[in-house]
Amino acid sequence: MNPAISASELAKWFGEGDLKTYAVRDVSFEAYFGEIFFIVGPSGSGKTTLLSMISGILRPNSGVVAVDNVDIWKLESDQIAEFRLNKVGFVFQDYHLVPRLTTAENVAIPLILKKWDWDKSIQEAMHYLEIVGLKNKVELPPMKLSGGEQQRVAIARALVSQPDILIFDEPTASLDGDTGRRIMDFVKTSILNDRRCILIVTHDSRIFEYADRIMRMEDGKIVGIEKGVGH
Amino acid sequence: MKGILKIAFKLLVNDKGKYAALLVGITFAVFLMVQMTSIFFGILLKSSSTVINVGAQVWVMDPAVNNVANSIPLPDYVLDAVRSINGVKYAVPLYSGGALVKLRSGVFQSVTVMGLDDNSLFGRPELIEGKIEDIYAENAFVVVQDEEIRKLGNPHLGTDFELNDHRGVIVGIAKVAASGLFGIPTLYTTYSRAIQYIPSTRFTISYILVEPKSNDAILHIQEQVRLLGYQALTQEELMQKIANYYKYQTGLGTNILIMTAVSFLVGLSISGQTFYTFILENLEKFGALKAIGAKGRELVYMILFQATFTSLVGYGLGIGLCTLVIAIAKLRIPDYSANITYSTLAFAFVMVLIIAGISSYIGIRKVLKIEPFDIFRG
Repeated sequence: MNPAISASELAKWFGEGDLKTYAVRDVSFEAYFGEIFFIVGPSGSGKTTLLSMISGILRPNSGVVAVDNVDIWKLESDQIAEFRLNKVGFVFQDYHLVPRLTTAENVAIPLILKKWDWDKSIQEAMHYLEIVGLKNKVELPPMKLSGGEQQRVAIARALVSQPDILIFDEPTASLDGDTGRRIMDFVKTSILNDRRCILIVTHDSRIFEYADRIMRMEDGKIVGIEKGVGH
Repeated sequence: MKGILKIAFKLLVNDKGKYAALLVGITFAVFLMVQMTSIFFGILLKSSSTVINVGAQVWVMDPAVNNVANSIPLPDYVLDAVRSINGVKYAVPLYSGGALVKLRSGVFQSVTVMGLDDNSLFGRPELIEGKIEDIYAENAFVVVQDEEIRKLGNPHLGTDFELNDHRGVIVGIAKVAASGLFGIPTLYTTYSRAIQYIPSTRFTISYILVEPKSNDAILHIQEQVRLLGYQALTQEELMQKIANYYKYQTGLGTNILIMTAVSFLVGLSISGQTFYTFILENLEKFGALKAIGAKGRELVYMILFQATFTSLVGYGLGIGLCTLVIAIAKLRIPDYSANITYSTLAFAFVMVLIIAGISSYIGIRKVLKIEPFDIFRG
């Protein structure tokens, strides 16, 4: 089976000489289409740095990241931006919704960046808001929504460009237990499919049950990859 | 691209407080810059009013003359000498001087008296009441109907007054293209009556007005006049000389320049600072857009659009406000000298573009520096 993501001997360090600090070192793993892959570990273990390198945001100092068999760090900077736009959907920890835009406009952003017509983008965004259960809130600004609703708007925004890779950064960190579980149920049942790989970085052990595999990190290194309960 | 700019537009105008602050900064900068420069141009226009109203193509004068109100009398032989220059179609004397008139009410009022060549009346104003030939009648004067005429008690045909123990009678009411700078009424009469009624120096010709046979002859006339020890200037050159005098020898130009620079700096600092704060507050959003897949140049376009849009709206509001203030001022103060010219508008426009450029440069630098990685790190 072709891996969705293949990371090989990835390393990232900051500073030079005596100040050189490894954020990630010698990390190799593969994540596959159709699976929910958790990256877990304590703060400072290198989870976010790793996620940034495999999503085309942070250039590694060494190693290779192949997404759907394409070595992304051999691409030009504009091509990497195109890659992120077309292949990756992000759900940020703080959502990063734009307060001055309506919910529908927020969701439409990736399509607008893809040069879609404005009205067509909004129509498509409304369709995705319907999928995440927010059909009646399309005209509201994000600040008028609850935390769980904002999370779903962020998911709709990540989904709207139909990415192969979906990345969630601490998706339940600012949600209560019930809402977090509802979101994860939704991710598992409605978002995951055979052509999509979902990567989730989290501290929250309450949602480990949704993982197909869990990769544990400490001090920038992989300390183990195990099958999750969801497998 | 259109969609990106629409996002930029909504980001800008939906933040009503910041948008209003940006507009206020630019509007007032434009208002002050245009107000200052239009007052300056108004003063320059009024300072050259005599040159505009008389309308001669070439003016001969003493080289030391630097504005039309302070003429240095020319000897009579200069008139003959100028008339004999090849290329001169005709040349006539002009008297321009100040006098005090005593009105029927007993009030004294300063006036400018223009003495036109008796034979040709060259440089005469357009009459709206009376006949120009009546200027040859006894004690005849033509008064200019401008904002200053009320200072002579709003005279009509037949109104008389006293000028240096001579009787004067209004025989015509005229209009002119531009009113004077110093806020005093203007009377026209013949050259001979002017020098007869007004105490004069030994020489009495203020200027010699020359009509060249062709435009090609002007250079030759100027050279020949220079050889006589005098100066011949075209209408445009004389207006420029007067403008230079007010700009560089009176402090007026420097003061206006300083005020304009201060207005520019105030506008720049208000809008630059507000725009910078606006960018800082939206920095994470720009970072998120970058993480999602926006290219650096698309974010640059967004910021340039926001800065340009704000600047153009502020420019329009500033010009509108300035026009309104000038219109209201002219209703209350007829002498108010302010003149919005195309060059004033162009100058303010360039300054606004500079404000937009500097403001967006600050924002662009900040946005290009943000790494999407920082968004992940929180």
